Formats: sequence, structure tokens, C-alpha cells
Amino acid sequence: MIETLQAFFAEYGNLLVEGTVATLIMTTASTLIAYLIGIPIGVIVTITAPGSLRPHPAVNAVLGWIVNIGRSIPFIILLVALIPVSRFIAGTSLGTTGAIVPLTIGAIPFVARMVEGSLAEIGPGRIEAAQAFGASTLQIITKVLLWESLPSLIRGAAITYITLIGYSAIAGAVGAGGLGDIAIRFGYYRYQDEVMIATIVLLIIVVQIIQSASDILSKKIDKR
Amino acid sequence: MIEIRNLSKTYDAKHIQHEALCDINLTIDDGDIFGIIGVSGAGKSTLVRCINLLERPTTGRVLIDGDDVTDFKGRQLLELRSRIGMIFQDFSLFAQRTVLENVRFPLAVRHQDKQESYKRAQELLELVGLADKARNYPSQLSGGQQQRVAIARALANSPHIILCDEATSALDSLTTESILELLRDINQRFGVTIVVITHSMDVVRSICNKVAVIDDSRIVEQGTTEEVFARPKAAITERLLKTAGDHD
Repeated sequence: MIETLQAFFAEYGNLLVEGTVATLIMTTASTLIAYLIGIPIGVIVTITAPGSLRPHPAVNAVLGWIVNIGRSIPFIILLVALIPVSRFIAGTSLGTTGAIVPLTIGAIPFVARMVEGSLAEIGPGRIEAAQAFGASTLQIITKVLLWESLPSLIRGAAITYITLIGYSAIAGAVGAGGLGDIAIRFGYYRYQDEVMIATIVLLIIVVQIIQSASDILSKKIDKR
Repeated sequence: MIEIRNLSKTYDAKHIQHEALCDINLTIDDGDIFGIIGVSGAGKSTLVRCINLLERPTTGRVLIDGDDVTDFKGRQLLELRSRIGMIFQDFSLFAQRTVLENVRFPLAVRHQDKQESYKRAQELLELVGLADKARNYPSQLSGGQQQRVAIARALANSPHIILCDEATSALDSLTTESILELLRDINQRFGVTIVVITHSMDVVRSICNKVAVIDDSRIVEQGTTEEVFARPKAAITERLLKTAGDHD
């Protein structure tokens, strides 16, 4: 048994490590960039809603549509449709770098909705209190909306990250690299079940670590 | 002095106009503890929010110390609000900030010196008797303690007006007594004008020197607390008086 495992890792060890690293690079980079863009969108959708800080029906409706359209396109289709965009932004539509563009664009509307959901948990009371003390809209966004919902935003980020790991496996189908790519190339095309199983185990471990880290962190900073 | 002149507020909700406030006239003098009493939905919360313009009056004027503030916007509005403290029924403390940070919040939004503002926040916590809770979070405090923190926060900018929106409605009667005592004490020591929104005649009797009774969006009666209690004119006042406990 041990010998079989040793032989397996001698043959596929490097490949699996590289695949894991590629998956982590793709998903981490896309999550970070998606949050840089998704947080402002989520905030704007929230504050332009009727009765909120800066009601603006037109902005609210247009952003809402864009987010919904983004959310309704299946990732596999987005992936193919965005090939020219990836070439333009990342210089290539191939490999790990090329996959970051569709992963990010696919994640932005998802992140915007997650952020919107987290901000909605902040009831009107604290916002009104901040207004009553002369806080500006920008101060209310940073010091109340985002700060008070931080534990929830962190839980949302873990969900996004894990969702993107799933997307990155789909991106593997068009040569993005990573664990998904390995599972398809070795497990599916070459019927090497043991490689398939190894990638599944690795994905489970990665997802578990992300989920536990986010649970611990959000619990630690949540003072409610 | 707060003067409210011919103030009305109407909400448009799907072609049906709802009149929340109708032709309100009030004068609140410096140093008053002014009660505005009415049943739920009478419009009293909307009225108090017109004073710091959290709600915009549809018509009418709001004057503070002789200045017409009704159309204040931008910096001017933020400046006005920071000079008026406010406390709320549900305390509205920031759950993810320490007690000290909560009290410092009104100073932080005005970019006041960090060290100075922490010192001021600590002094205010001493004033409300919670100096030892500075590092705690609101969730670790009782309702009465949370409202004390909210009062300290409302005092941070040394306001000359404090608005209380049902400040004791979520508290038991003993805690209510101690919060009212604190408000009375603040009124006497600093000469702060306090506007008290309530549905309880007991609260009015306990701390207000003047009272206005609001019913169905209109002021139906106002005067000194003594007058109104001794000779109520409106039917709603009599009804509110009947529900009050007998403390005499």
C-alpha cells in the first residue's frame, strides 16, 4: 500500500503540487480583483436603493440589470465569449493568466450581490445614528456599512473563493491549468482514476482550509 | 431655542398621500426638557427628525437659535447635525466598536484630534458611570448601560440640544428612572435643551417642564406639564393620563 502511494507521488507529485498552486493563484487573484470592483458596485446598488442614503432609481436599475445579466450567463459560456477580452487584458487567453480575466469578470456580479446582502444586514438604526451625528455619506459607507458588516463580508468572501475554485475547474477545460485541468486530462481522457481521486482530495482539503479560516476569522472579529 | 413654524410633512405612497404632520407650531426654549407625547403613529418620531433634518418638512420652517435651518445642505447640514445630540429607542450603538469608540464616533467623523477625543470620550463615560466598560462591546452591556453609552455619545460634541426618540421605551421601569435621572442631571449641569419623544405620561411627569400632545398628525394641546396634567383639554390627553401609573 505504502509502496503504491510512493510510486504514485513519484510520478504525479510534482504535477499535483503545480496544479494546486495554479488553482490557488487563479482563484486568489480573481477573488481579490473581483472584490476591488465588486465592493463599490455592491455599495452603490445599496445606497441608491429607494429610501437609502442616496436614492437614485436610474443608477440602481442599470447596475441591478448589469449584475443580473452577469449572474445569468453560465460560466462555461462566459469563458468562451471572453476569449478576445482575455487576450486584450492579460495578453493571452491561455493558461493560468488567461483564466484570471473570465474568472474575475464572472465573479464581479456574484461579489456585488454578496456585498449587497451583507450591507442589508445593517439595519437602518445605526445608519440613522451616524447621520444624526453629522457623518457624511462616505463616512457612513466606510465607518458604518462596511465596518459593521465586516464579519459577514468575510464569510461572503469565503463563499466567493470556494465558488471560484469550482469555476477554475471549468476553466481547466479550456486549458487554464490547475487541478480541474489535471482531473480532466488525466482522469477523464486517460481513465486514470487515481489522479482524479487525488485532485478531488486536494480540492476538498483546499476548500476545508478556506472555510475554516473564514469561520475562525469572522467569529473572532464579530463582537455582536 | 427651537422654533417650528407651520410645519407639515406628507408622504407620497403609490398615489395615496399620507399626512404625517399637519401645521405644527412649537417653541422650545433653551434649557427646557420638552415632552412630545402621543400614541404610536401620531407623527412624533417624524416631528423630532425634522429638527435635525433627518426628515425634510414638506412645508413650514425649522429655526434653531433664530437661524432658519430648513434648507441646510452639505457641510452646513452636517455641521448643524453634529451640534445636536440624539438618542434612540433601540440605542443604535455600533456593534463592532468598543464602548469608547462608540462615544468617540461623533468626534471622529469631525476629524478631531485623536488623543483629545479619546480623553473626551473617557470623561463622558465617567459622567454616565461606565468608565470601567470602555473596552467592552455593546453586546456585553445591559439595555440600561447601552443607553448610557448612547447618552455619552450624544454628548460628545457638547451639543446644546439633545433629541430623545422613545429613549426609555425598551427599558424596565427601574432602569427608566435612572436614565431619566441622568438626563435631568445633564440638563441641569450643562443647560442642554432636551426634546423627549414618548408615549408615556410617566416619562413626561418625571422630567418634562413643558409638553405638547400630538394626535393624528396635529398638536392638540401644549403648555407647562403642570397645566396640562391639572387641566387636560383634549380627549386624547385624558386618555393618555388614565394609562399613566399613579406615582403621587
